[in-house]
Amino acid sequence: MSALLRVDAIEVGYGDLTAVRGASLEVRPGEIVALIGSNGAGKTTTLRAISGLLPIRRGCIEFEGDRLDGLQPSKVVARGIAHVPEGRQLFPTMTLLENLELGAGAGAPRAGKAESLEWVFQLFPRLRERQRQLAGTLSGGEQQMVAIGRGLMARPKLLMLDEPSLGLAPVVVRAIFDNLLEINRKGMAILVVEQNVLRALQLSHRGYVLENGQVVLDGLRETLLADGHIKQAYLGR
Amino acid sequence: MDPILLGQAALNGFLFGGVYSLMAVGLSLIFGVMRVINIAHGDMMVWGSYLAFILAFRLGLDPFVSFVLCAAALFCLGVVVQRGLVNRVLNAPHEMQILLMLGVALVLENLALVVFGPDTRRTESAYGLATVWFGPIFVDVARLITFALALALSCALYLFLFRSDLGKLIRAAADNGYGALVIGADVERIYTVAFGIGAACVGAAGALMSALLPFSPAAGFAQTVTSFNIVIIGGMGSLLGAFLGGLIVAVAESLGAVLLVPSLKELVGFVLLVLILLFRPQGLFGGKTP
Repeated sequence: MSALLRVDAIEVGYGDLTAVRGASLEVRPGEIVALIGSNGAGKTTTLRAISGLLPIRRGCIEFEGDRLDGLQPSKVVARGIAHVPEGRQLFPTMTLLENLELGAGAGAPRAGKAESLEWVFQLFPRLRERQRQLAGTLSGGEQQMVAIGRGLMARPKLLMLDEPSLGLAPVVVRAIFDNLLEINRKGMAILVVEQNVLRALQLSHRGYVLENGQVVLDGLRETLLADGHIKQAYLGR
Repeated sequence: MDPILLGQAALNGFLFGGVYSLMAVGLSLIFGVMRVINIAHGDMMVWGSYLAFILAFRLGLDPFVSFVLCAAALFCLGVVVQRGLVNRVLNAPHEMQILLMLGVALVLENLALVVFGPDTRRTESAYGLATVWFGPIFVDVARLITFALALALSCALYLFLFRSDLGKLIRAAADNGYGALVIGADVERIYTVAFGIGAACVGAAGALMSALLPFSPAAGFAQTVTSFNIVIIGGMGSLLGAFLGGLIVAVAESLGAVLLVPSLKELVGFVLLVLILLFRPQGLFGGKTP
């Protein structure tokens, strides 16, 4: 099967610092792919490069066979990639409903918007009750649901999530990961960045391990879960 | 002190406060969205005043009509300044932004000096001298119209920001610029429109004020400082704070002119600022300390 997203040997950095050096990865249609690694390994930088939030210095990024690198973030979203960033990055003084609607983009047709909204509320029934509440006053788990919902409102082909479990209670994390599986069952591809390696691998079909800005290991879930290096370095066994 | 005199001063200040509110709302919008302090704000206002003066002088347009044209002209100026200059320093350190805006302020002020000369002007309005008496207190009709128009413009801006898609995007960018980028908002367009609206607000304020107070090219900087003062008192980034702050400062200045000496009226505004910074540094309506 041809890849939906293909990241080929990209190099990305901030100023003098190079955070990602020659990383490559692929996401195929309908797949859940985990990008794991320790703090500072370059996971977030990789996602930001895909979204067009950071320029790449070398390599290329393709989406559905077309070049993606060099495009503005707004164009990347329009191509069908939604980014649920680390720390959620909601609009705290706006209502939950406004946050979701903004995800659909200013030019989105009204009918499509209503349909997407209904889908998000079916996925996260708690959000429906709290539509009028300001996003800044929601609990951490609810805010994460809004962040995911806002991404879904763009009707993406690929949903990218950066540390969706960060700062959340285990029971909330489990619920949100169940939601991700449900979203994936609709056929949406997911690329998830996580420090919670075990949970991320259990969710995914395949995974990539990033260390010092390079992919050191990749493979199917079962392969990675059985790998000695991963067990020792990330799973503490 | 005569209570009627005080009441009269408070009412005059309150009605005059509309233009203060309008100019502060403009500054607050620009700062809230871009985190750039528009030091040329007062000079943009003076240009609004001169445009109203020219339109009255050449075409006989009343400033209470021509403020729409002045706002439109200043919107265009704001768009040009944002696109051509501010856009380049958005990620630069604050001192670079301040230097740039100071430069814009100097250019606008001196351009006004070259074009209009140094003399103090005042725009003629048909309502300039009209008053209505309510018992012992009179209402200055020009101030009343000014206040009503400033209030209407502020409400229109509120509706735009809270009801329209573009307005919501502007609020989103003010709330969390990175978040706006992530969801694929066209942040450059948002910035351009926000700067244009901010300049249009102060342009309209300048046109309306030109019928109430004399102005000259040199008046700009004082208006910038007053706008900034109001925005801090109301709370950085809060449009409601800027609006109410404008009324509060105008009333305080008006009372100060009566209780102290007219030339000390600005003092009252700054005392208010010091008190606010001492006891409520985030401003009256500022949510969080930055």
